[in-house]
Amino acid sequence: MAELIELSAAETAARIAAGETSAVEVAQAHLDRIADSDDQVKAFLHVDTEGALAAARAVDDRRRSGEPLGPLAGVPLAMKDVVVTKGQPTTSGSKILQGWIPPYDATITRRVREAGIVMLGKTNMDEFAMGSSTENSAYQVTRNPWDLSRVPGGSSGGSSAAVAARQAPLAIGTDTGGSIRQPAAVTGIVGHKPTYGAVSRYGLIAFSSSLDQAGPFGRTVEDTALLHQVLAGHDPLDSTSIPTAGPDVVAAAREGARADLTGVRIGIVTELTGLGGGYQDGVLASFKEAVLTLRALGAEIVQVSCPHFDYALAAYYLIAPSECSSNLARFDAVRYGLRAGDDGSRSLEEVMSLTREQGFGPEVKRRIMIGTYALSSGYYDAYYGQAQKVRTLIAGDFEAAFGQADVLISPTSPFVAFEVGERVADPMAMYVNDLCTLPASLAGTPAISVPCGLSDEAGPALPVGLQIMAPTMADDRCYRVGAAFEAAYLAANGPILAGVPRLGSVGAGTDGATR
Amino acid sequence: MTTTTEAAYDDVLTRYQPVFGLETHVELGTASKMFCSCSTEFGAEPNTHTCPVCLGLPGALPVVNAAAIEYTIRIGLALNCSIASWCRFARKNYFYPDMPKNYQISQYDEPLCGEGYLDVEVHGQTVRVGIERVHLEEDTGKNTHVGGATGRIHGADYSLVDFNRAGIPLVEIVTKPVEGTGALAPEVARAYVAELRDILRTLGVSDVKMEQGSLRCDVNTSLSPAGSSEWGTRTETKNVNSLRSVERAMRSEMVRQAAILDAGGRIKQETRHFQETTGQTRSGRSKEEATDYRYFPEPDLVPVAPDTDWVAGIRAALPELPAARRSRLRSELGLSADELQSLVNAGAVDAFAETVAAGAPAAEARNWWLGYLAQLANAREVEVSALPITPAQVAKVIELVAAGTLSTALGRQVVDAVLESGADVEQVIADRGLAVVSDTSALTEAADAAIAANPDVAEKVRGGKLPAVGVLVGSVMKATRGQADAATVRAILLDRLGVSEAG
Repeated sequence: MAELIELSAAETAARIAAGETSAVEVAQAHLDRIADSDDQVKAFLHVDTEGALAAARAVDDRRRSGEPLGPLAGVPLAMKDVVVTKGQPTTSGSKILQGWIPPYDATITRRVREAGIVMLGKTNMDEFAMGSSTENSAYQVTRNPWDLSRVPGGSSGGSSAAVAARQAPLAIGTDTGGSIRQPAAVTGIVGHKPTYGAVSRYGLIAFSSSLDQAGPFGRTVEDTALLHQVLAGHDPLDSTSIPTAGPDVVAAAREGARADLTGVRIGIVTELTGLGGGYQDGVLASFKEAVLTLRALGAEIVQVSCPHFDYALAAYYLIAPSECSSNLARFDAVRYGLRAGDDGSRSLEEVMSLTREQGFGPEVKRRIMIGTYALSSGYYDAYYGQAQKVRTLIAGDFEAAFGQADVLISPTSPFVAFEVGERVADPMAMYVNDLCTLPASLAGTPAISVPCGLSDEAGPALPVGLQIMAPTMADDRCYRVGAAFEAAYLAANGPILAGVPRLGSVGAGTDGATR
Repeated sequence: MTTTTEAAYDDVLTRYQPVFGLETHVELGTASKMFCSCSTEFGAEPNTHTCPVCLGLPGALPVVNAAAIEYTIRIGLALNCSIASWCRFARKNYFYPDMPKNYQISQYDEPLCGEGYLDVEVHGQTVRVGIERVHLEEDTGKNTHVGGATGRIHGADYSLVDFNRAGIPLVEIVTKPVEGTGALAPEVARAYVAELRDILRTLGVSDVKMEQGSLRCDVNTSLSPAGSSEWGTRTETKNVNSLRSVERAMRSEMVRQAAILDAGGRIKQETRHFQETTGQTRSGRSKEEATDYRYFPEPDLVPVAPDTDWVAGIRAALPELPAARRSRLRSELGLSADELQSLVNAGAVDAFAETVAAGAPAAEARNWWLGYLAQLANAREVEVSALPITPAQVAKVIELVAAGTLSTALGRQVVDAVLESGADVEQVIADRGLAVVSDTSALTEAADAAIAANPDVAEKVRGGKLPAVGVLVGSVMKATRGQADAATVRAILLDRLGVSEAG
């Protein structure tokens, strides 16, 4: 059992396909791991034991009857609770959706099921994906498996923690301003935000429609690419879905694994290297090491400037709240979810506002208020309109930079995982987590985070992420460069996740202090 | 309309001039909804034509119905509008329980169709109504408020929501302000809506049934002092759901506003509701401040960019529009403008034209469709064109009446029989023996019997009161079950009474 939860997704699928192990055994091993460790990690809001085992049995049956299996058939996956799952609770981390059982599947849920991937359950997240630490969940605080006193990043912190804690080899997150990449970075795993429109948004509970994008988490670049390939593709149910086929990211990851980047031009984004301060030294040190590694792999390193990236944070915190103020209006107690105070004495309007008062947490309310204000008549041009112009300028910066480099790099986050409670009181201290990830979100371009080292500056040795950004629909470049870096890092340092405490009953002796 | 209000209305126009504008909402007749594949069929069990998209479930996304775009472009072209080469949908944000998402996907500053116009005729005078814009949006659900005195949401015990209508494509056609029509303003407004309805029907884009709410009007009315170039404050009257109501609502609103202005008051800019029963408008719930809809471009939908060639193809495929058709019919059939207008008002232009095409003289065809057939349609509460009789059948009846085979009364009986049985004209004549009795001796016998049975009447006629003979004619017609020619009967009666027509 212990061995099954250590395997990569690719290896797990290969063993199932070869009949060396069964999908049910694999699912059970992960369900046991969750049962054993999740009271510490708190990654899952809902575990679907029955559904997972049934899906696993179906894969085993198909194998026995000789049907061809997909490259991830039988591999367990943790699904972020923002993604709609038919018959399974879906709350988006909010009390306002407590008890809602969706009558339909998101397109990516359907794709996951059709690929024979075994969905273990739904993972914790910042409420409606608003946050960078998962502390804004209405239900529980997820812990970073590297150090249970620290956050796993956010908003997809349940998914990143589950993968780092070996509760699942794969997970799905969503990224609006960095919510896949930053949690991947601070938990030492791989996370990719695809090109906007590459993965269907149908069935993602919307936070900011023009920014939201679902994507894969894995412990290796290849695993992440395999899941990406399952998720991506045109969806007629999503108007913003790109109709043309995306690149073959699995082939790109495998090519990258040959660890040769000769002829690849890599641009360091000057504005994302902490020249103005605010980045942890340990993060910058790991990043510099990573640049040397990339050069050693044969890449040509250039310096590029993207001057408008400095305005990304301001633009993002107008656009995202504006869209969310409209997207979250549907939670009104009329059709589903929480209904507060409907005792016959209150009017519809009173029930609506009481429900929203009780059902939304403080960060969600803050953003609804900011967004409502920014869209108001007389303010629209100055705020939302202006922010959209900044967005165009940022896209222009990317375009110019990609004239000089094939990919751009930066640290994924200015910080390593911080302590639970450390930043909750100060929204700005939380928002700056996304400094490096916001530009690609605003431009709709793809970006991956791969682990690039450890920093013990903040106490224990904690992972640092390297962000690799590519042009629209060139997600393959992220995977190629990411896999090359990963191979070099592994050769030099061994698997980074070896540093994660064992957790669960096996590890009770070593981390008892934090329980 | 009583004489006092007529007088009040005329009086208003001595001191004020009206400016009006119309916003017309039309439910398109596409098979599926605006942003999902649910059926648009009317009258289904509540909440059966729904899905995650039109219920606004978390995570669901809209996708534009291409047919709705095409229909809207057809409307725009028919109204002489420019068609945008690129436009976007926008979110109109406000909370209401019939709105699944609490925002309506609509269009704001980038409508699909821009400026255009529609010419309408009133009393032989052509008035050009400017079109501001034609845009596309989604309809809301339908609330039913149960309990409470008013049937409105305030005071209701509970409310039911039916989302079958939510997401049905809705086109909004907005006119520019119409000035300078004076006393004719309400009639111009009515003629505009009637013309628009005929165009929409001709285009095949909507069933335009006002009573089912597939065409709804908001009437904006203001008054300014005669001779002033400044417009007064306007009110918006909603719930105007028939052609007649468009006219009535504007008239009553003009009279109401004039009374306030006369008393030195000010018109409040507000939404008012038209009440069919009283013909008056009633103040809607007054809003403390203007609603801020916080419009912004709909991020879930990519922009709509109609291809120029595609639009040209739609233009080329437009059917002959009502105005062109009317002018063609007028010249082909030699009708006066008024004659044609009455056919238009009755919705009988097509039936009339086909009856003429089947060989009937235009005057006769017109009399039948606007006379007896219109009466029957009225009694059945259907459009005259919906009666189960074909123009060819009507033409046949006209031909038989002209030939003397049928009297007018018999012709009507034949029409009744066709409507009732669905059989053809010759068939019902044969089955029911509905040919004219032309046997003079039989008629003379019947005339004598009638005179004998009505000695008082006979005496009056003999005494010179010729109109009294009608009673005797009726008696003979009754005795012959209408199968005689009334003029022949009358002549025989006068002859038997020894009275001459000239005397």
